[in-house]
Parts: sequence; C-alpha cells; structure tokens
Amino acid sequence: MTDLTALTLAEALDGLKSKQFSSVELTEAFNAAIAKARVLNAFVVETPEKALEMAKASDARRAKGKAGKLDGAPLGIKDLYCTKGVRTTACSGILGEFTPTYESTVTQNLWDEGAVMLGKLNMDEFAMGSSNETSHFGNVINPWRRKGDNQGLTPGGSSGGSASSVAANLCLAATASDTGGSIRQPAAFTGTVGIKPTYGRASRYGMVAFASSLDQAGPIAKTVEDSAILLEVMCSHDPKDSTSLNIKTPNWQKDVRKGVKGMRIGIPKEYRIDGLSDEIDALWQQGIKWLKEAGATIVDISLPHTKYALPAYYIVAPAEASSNLARYDGMRYGARVEGGNLTQTYEGTRASGFGKEVQRRLMIGTYVLSSGYYDAYYLRAQKVRTKIFQDFVDAFESCDAILTPACPSPAFAFGEKSGDPVEMYLNDVFTVTANLAGLPGIAVPAGLSASGLPLGLQVIGKALDEAACFRVGGALEDAAGFVAKPDRWW
Amino acid sequence: MTERPTFRIKGDTGDWEVVMGLEIHAQVASNAKLFSGASTAFGSDPNCNVSLVDAAMPGMLPVINRVCVEQAIRTGLGLKAQINNYSRFDRKNYFYPDLPQGYQISQFAHPIVGEGEIDVDVEVPGKEGYAFTCRIERLHLEQDAGKSIHDMDPHATYVDLNRSGVALMEIVSKPDVRSPAEAAAYVKKLRAIVIALGTCDGDMEKGNLRADVNVSVCKPGQYEKFRETGDFKHLGTRCELKNMNSYRFIQQAIEYEARRQIEIIEGGGKVDQETRLFDPVKGETRSMRSKEDAHDYRYFPDPDLLPLELEQAWIEGIRKSLPELPDQKRARFEKDYGLSRYDAGVLTSDADKALFFEEVAKGRDAKLAANWVTQELFGYLNKEGLELSQSPVSASALGGLIALISDNTISGKIAKDVFARMIEGEGEAAVIVEKHGLKQVTDTGAIEKVVDEIIAANPEQVAKVKDKPQTLGWFVGQVMKASGGKANPQAVNDILKAKLGI
Repeated sequence: MTDLTALTLAEALDGLKSKQFSSVELTEAFNAAIAKARVLNAFVVETPEKALEMAKASDARRAKGKAGKLDGAPLGIKDLYCTKGVRTTACSGILGEFTPTYESTVTQNLWDEGAVMLGKLNMDEFAMGSSNETSHFGNVINPWRRKGDNQGLTPGGSSGGSASSVAANLCLAATASDTGGSIRQPAAFTGTVGIKPTYGRASRYGMVAFASSLDQAGPIAKTVEDSAILLEVMCSHDPKDSTSLNIKTPNWQKDVRKGVKGMRIGIPKEYRIDGLSDEIDALWQQGIKWLKEAGATIVDISLPHTKYALPAYYIVAPAEASSNLARYDGMRYGARVEGGNLTQTYEGTRASGFGKEVQRRLMIGTYVLSSGYYDAYYLRAQKVRTKIFQDFVDAFESCDAILTPACPSPAFAFGEKSGDPVEMYLNDVFTVTANLAGLPGIAVPAGLSASGLPLGLQVIGKALDEAACFRVGGALEDAAGFVAKPDRWW
Repeated sequence: MTERPTFRIKGDTGDWEVVMGLEIHAQVASNAKLFSGASTAFGSDPNCNVSLVDAAMPGMLPVINRVCVEQAIRTGLGLKAQINNYSRFDRKNYFYPDLPQGYQISQFAHPIVGEGEIDVDVEVPGKEGYAFTCRIERLHLEQDAGKSIHDMDPHATYVDLNRSGVALMEIVSKPDVRSPAEAAAYVKKLRAIVIALGTCDGDMEKGNLRADVNVSVCKPGQYEKFRETGDFKHLGTRCELKNMNSYRFIQQAIEYEARRQIEIIEGGGKVDQETRLFDPVKGETRSMRSKEDAHDYRYFPDPDLLPLELEQAWIEGIRKSLPELPDQKRARFEKDYGLSRYDAGVLTSDADKALFFEEVAKGRDAKLAANWVTQELFGYLNKEGLELSQSPVSASALGGLIALISDNTISGKIAKDVFARMIEGEGEAAVIVEKHGLKQVTDTGAIEKVVDEIIAANPEQVAKVKDKPQTLGWFVGQVMKASGGKANPQAVNDILKAKLGI
C-alpha cells in the first residue's frame, strides 16, 4: 500500500469515495505519522482517539451514502480555534488548561462536512510572531533543512504548526489564521499553499482574537486545489460574527485550473524594496514570465503608500490586541497567579502568563491608544489604512490580480531574528497590505533557494475575488511544477 | 405658572448659585442583553443569566440586539431629539473583576441620539410650581457591568455577572439644572417619559434608573455669562456625584456638595475635580476618585462591531408608534379636564399618578377630582411618606367619594371626614356615609324648621344682619351646627337669605 499520508486532500477524498481505503485507515496512518514526528513539535494536543472515533463515524456515513464534502479527511487545527472539549490556549501560558465548552464556527463547518480532527497545532502565542518562537509550548521545527546543514529552521509564523504538519505529511491539510501574513509566510517557508480570504468571508466566532479588524481564517494545504476545497468549507455567513459577510461562498475548486489567459497581472513597483535579495527578485521575475507564457498580460502598477503599511500595521494590530487580550485577567478561566490584592493578582497573572513578545505588543498597543497619543498613532494609522485600501482600488482599475514575492527571504534559523523585533516584523512586509485592505492573498511555492529551501510567490486579489487568486495560484503551481518535499530526517 | 426662582445659598462672601448637569443611566427594557442573548430578568440566582459573550470567553463576539437600538431611538424621539443615522460603538478600556471583557462597549464619539430637550415641572411645597426647559446633550447605548459583592466575605469579593452586558441608555443633560429641587424634578420627568415610552421600567430601587449629578457653584451672573458664551470657564470646577437612585438623596447630596464647595472656595481653597459618593446615613459626600487617578480609558472604535446605520423609514415607523407622552398628556388634561397647567403637570409627572387621576375622574367632575387627588390624597401620602402605590384609598374608592360630593349626598366638609375614615379602613365612602348617618340634609322643610328656630331665638343677630349682611355666616354656622354639619350649605344659604330678607 502506498503512503496514505503523502496524498493530497483531493486525492484522499477521491480514494475515500472510491473505497480504496477507509477513513479509519487514513486516520491511523496520520496518527502514526504524528507520533513519529514529535520532534517537529507541530502538535500541542494530539487527539488520536477522538480522530479514530470521528473516522469510524465517517466511514459509517459513507457506507450509508451520506458523506459530506470533507468526509473522512484528517485535518490539523491551529490552536487558535476553540474546540469543544479539547484544550485551546492559542499557545499562551495564560490560558492554562482552558477547555472550551463551545466550537468555533470554522471548525464546526469542517465537522459538519465530515472532517476528522487529529489534534491542535502549535503557533506563536496569540498568533503574535513570524517564526513560531513565541509559543508557550516551544518552537515548531521546519521539516525543511538547508542543503548539507542540520541546523534547525523556523517554519515561519504564526501558523508554524499548521505549515510544518502539512509539509511533513502529518495531516492532509490544516486550518490556520492570518492577521499580518500568518498563513502566507509559513506556507512560503515550508513549500505549502496558504490562502487568506477576503475579510468577512470566514467567521471569527470562536477564534481566539488577536486583532479583530485584521484576523481572518484560512487553510494551509499541499496544493492550490486542496486550499480551495478547504476554504470553501471554512467560509460561511455567521450571524454570531457581526463582521461576517452575508454572501454565498462560491465554488472555488473549479477556478484552480481555469488558467490565466486574458488576465491582467499587476506588478507593484513599491514591492521592489531596498535590499530585496537577488534570489527573491529572480523568483518574482520567473513568476512574471510564467504568467506571461500562460497568456496573462503584465501591467506595471503603483501602490504608493506601501512603505507605510508595516508601521501602520504595527500600530493597529497591537492596539486592538491590547484591548482584546484584556479579558485574560486570571479571574474566570486560565492560569492565575494569586497576589496580595487585586492589582497584584492582575499583574502577577499577566506578567507570568504572557510571553515577552505578547507583552511587548500589549505595551505598544496600550501606548498608541493612550490619551495624547491616540491621534498621532492610532488615528493616523487608520488613515494610512484607508490610503492603502484606496491604492488597491486604484490599482485594480488596470489589473485583475497582483503578483508579489510572499516573503523577503526563505526560512531562517532559530534565534536568527528573534533578537531584533523590527527585523522580525519585516517578514510581513509583503503580506500585511492585504490584511490592512481586507483583500484575499494566496502564497504558492514557486521554487527553491540556492540553499535548497522553498520560496513562495503571493497573489493578491480584489475584495471577494478569491477566484482570481486561485486561477493565478493554479497557473503558477502548474508552471513551477513544485514537487519538492523535505527529506525525511525526523 | 410662576416665574422660575433663582436658587441661592448664602455664604460668608455673599450669595452663591449652583449649576448642574445630569447623566442618567436607564436600563433598556428588553428581554435580552445589548450584545448577547442572555436574559435580563431581575432576581435570578447569581451568574445564571450569563452567556459566553457576557463572560468574555475566548473568541466570543458581540452581536447588537435590535430591540435595544429601537428602544434608544424611541427614547430619543420622546426627548424630541436628533436621531443620528450613523453611530458607532467604542471600547472603554479598564480592568475590574466585574468587567469580564476588560472593556465596556459604549458610544463615545458618535452617539445614537443627539440634542433634545425636556420640559420639567418643578413642584414647590405650599405654592404653585414652575416649569423650565432642560436641554439634552446626547443619549448613547452602552453595556452595564456586573456586580461586585464585597460584604459576603471579609477576605473575598464575589462577582455576579447577571447584569454584565445589560443595555443601558446614558442620557446626558446640558448644565441647565439650577437647584436641588430642579434636579429631582428633572429625574422625575425623565423617568415619567421613559416609563410612558416603555423603554425603561424606571425602577430606581433596583437601580434600573440612576443619576450621576455634576455639581458646581458660581457667583450670581456667572451662569448667564456661560450661557451667552458657552465657555465653561465662567463656571466653577465640578464634582460628579455618582449613582443616586432616590429623589430625596439627590437633593440632600447636591445641597451638601454645594455647601462643601462654597466652604472650600471661601476658605481660599480650590475645588478638585473628582468623583464623589453620597453617604445617605451620614448625609455627606466623600471622594471616590480624583482626576489624577482617573483612568485613561483608551477609547477606540470596537473592531468587532460595524457602525450602526439606521434607515430613516425605520425611525419614522417608530415615531408613528410613540405612545402619549407626559407633556402631551398634560396638554390633554388641561384641555379635556379643564385643569390648570400646574395641576395637569403634577398629575402627568408620573404615569401612575395620571392613570390614578383618570380613573378617579372617569365620568365625574374632573376639577373636583383633581383637587381631591392632588391636595387631599397626595397631601396625605406626602405627610405619611407613602408612594401612590401604597395608598390606602384606591382610585375607584376616591371616585366613589367624589360622586357623593357631586350629587350633593354629602358636603365637601363632611367628605373630608369620610375621607379620613376611608384612610382608617372603614370601607367605601357610601358605606361610611350610611353607617354614620352623614347624608346631607337637602330636605328644605327640615332646614327651614331649624332656620326658623334660630331666627326666633336670636333677635339681636337678626337686627344686626340687616345692616351687616356679612354676618350671615354666623347664621350659617349655627344652622350647620344644629344639623350636625349635614345640612346642604347652599340650601342653608338660600333659605336664610329668603327668611332674613337680605
């Protein structure tokens, strides 16, 4: 029998449908793979029994001819999603052993279509990080290594567990979330596909909040098609989320192989940032060439406020976070450090419960909202945000999708950037704009670096035009023929 | 109506005036909370009306309750206020155990209701009252916090989240209130309006309607300068008296606070801007927190909620469904019952009073009914410190008494005795009159007989009354006395005049 864990989601669903294997067989294969890959630290909670139970139920449904869209497919769930009866901490110490009594809408959508949960995936604490080094449960290891080098690399972040587990065949696909690039950057670092849909496509109900106006759910998967299959199920209108869009979710799977003939692809000159490496630039040029060859027209565009995006992001996101994370006060759930009085209990709980990076952002956020600084920071950042949104509106007058690099570099080693927060924040330089403008963005693996690490390209679409992301993403995938997998060393 | 008097307090350096603006927190009458489906029922066991949203569990999101928005609009329309088609929710951030989210969702920069006004009727004991117009600055929606209970355990504080997330309307007045009595009258009137609208039950004992009063003092003439220029520098530094839920305490607290401030200023000191609490036992206010310890609330728009955009058609639909408001009721009472503005104002200042009066007056002499309700009944209740709901005499019973006066069964004087017996619990007026033989004598024959006897027995008085007709009263008194007060006074007068030839 072939290695079931190497299948794509689409292949696995076909196999289940044609009864080549059962969900139980598939799930057992993944349970075993997870058990053998603990060194990657991708899972923070493994739920093998629950997975088998769900798989059995799925097989029973399929036998009755009542299979859902994802029936029997074993998935990994980022620890940001509240899962009923399964510990959910967003990889923060402050949530202790918090076990929700409720299910997030996105994961409920998956279970409603028959998916199987393998466990909860590691991530940067509260999704604040670009290397998965801020998790309370320790670093996630990237299954990829530099050629001839055994040094451990980060999988990117914050969805590092999602990216590593998909790249290492520990699940068919995984849920992730993206506030400033947390789906797309780790996908690019691990040779996987990640898409963040338009803000409001997926419900935020039951997702531990980082920055409400930027957070958006999305999948990390092995192929563009897999990401389309999963995203379709994840998205829905949810009356429990006031920012959820009341619109129908299209069938995106059919867009993936439509090709780009006649599409106009915008190339923003402002993304050619200072110090952009030759390798990344070459990859970008390669992507342009592929799309041209596939019949697209290349258009030079300008997104003039791009250089203000990162600073604006690092004001808006911490500001919202400083308020969203106020509820973690040790009073009702999670970890509490008792002090002599109320203030001491608050201080003790939050000082010991939150990691350094989270504390840094809470302080930045508190500062920028303070009286006397609000106008200079928060309000100005919101104005920048409006400008960035308008930049995109203007640019999309002359193009249908925008092609950029996904990240300024391939995966880096542990400790390489964690000493300098600003250098770490620069990882998000190509991805934050889509969050600030609420636009869909997909990262697709397009080649290997000189050191043998995956590199990704990003496609940004118009609001609600995920279809364009999938078409261009599919074309890049076809042209790149990216089939490399990390050598199995774990 | 009389002129609005100026309330002044004598200090060592001369007269002082008070200036007040009020913030009323009125709990929205709704079954569910502002942003969750949890019940708002009062008196449930602690922490039983708490949803995941109210407890601020991870990943929970607020969803606006349409009914609460509608109630805010209705209240705004009742205050003749501007309804803002665009409003927005902001987060007010601070830490406290009864605030699970770590922020209160409120409306800071863009409230749902803008400027309006209320006509306030002020009662003056023993005199005719007066009216003034108080301008409303704004009304906004916000979440209530939970309740911290400090006295259950000496070493611990307990938290009840049943109130957490309940919708409140904060109604902010302009600094147009000028005396303790006006402050109480303002709250009374606002309460009457929200009760009439059905947007708040007005239950002050349960804290469903409570007032914060901003008090400052100034020298005569300064307030007028402020009104001319809008510049607050003409007014004194204000202190905020928090969370008052009784008309009596509001007045006592303001009185105390104004004198405290005057004493500070006259002693060469400066009033600190601070929040103060009134201690009804000691009858004084004490500092709760000063401006220095004031929180930096870090207001910013709540990113979990979209701006509230209201369709004009919806607002107009609500406007059409408004019930009769106290001012409209007052106008109707003046017109339909022929009452004075003052009487009508007193009777409509409170929905219960108006309802009581209408029941008394139904099919009866309305002016007489108004007199009996406002003077005899309210006079009695005030003296005894009772609420209308505690009245020993029901509306229909009082109506029965008035019917007996109107059909000349008893005189007004006898009616007062009957009323006293009704209060004592002797039963219906008709029963009392029957039992004690208090029926008015309208039999002219019987009255004539008594008159004849008195004329015969008092020739000197008869001679005197020819010159001085005003001494007729002496004869009336004698006849009434002889009849045990039961003779019809009009009949007595008529017969006396005829017999005495005056």
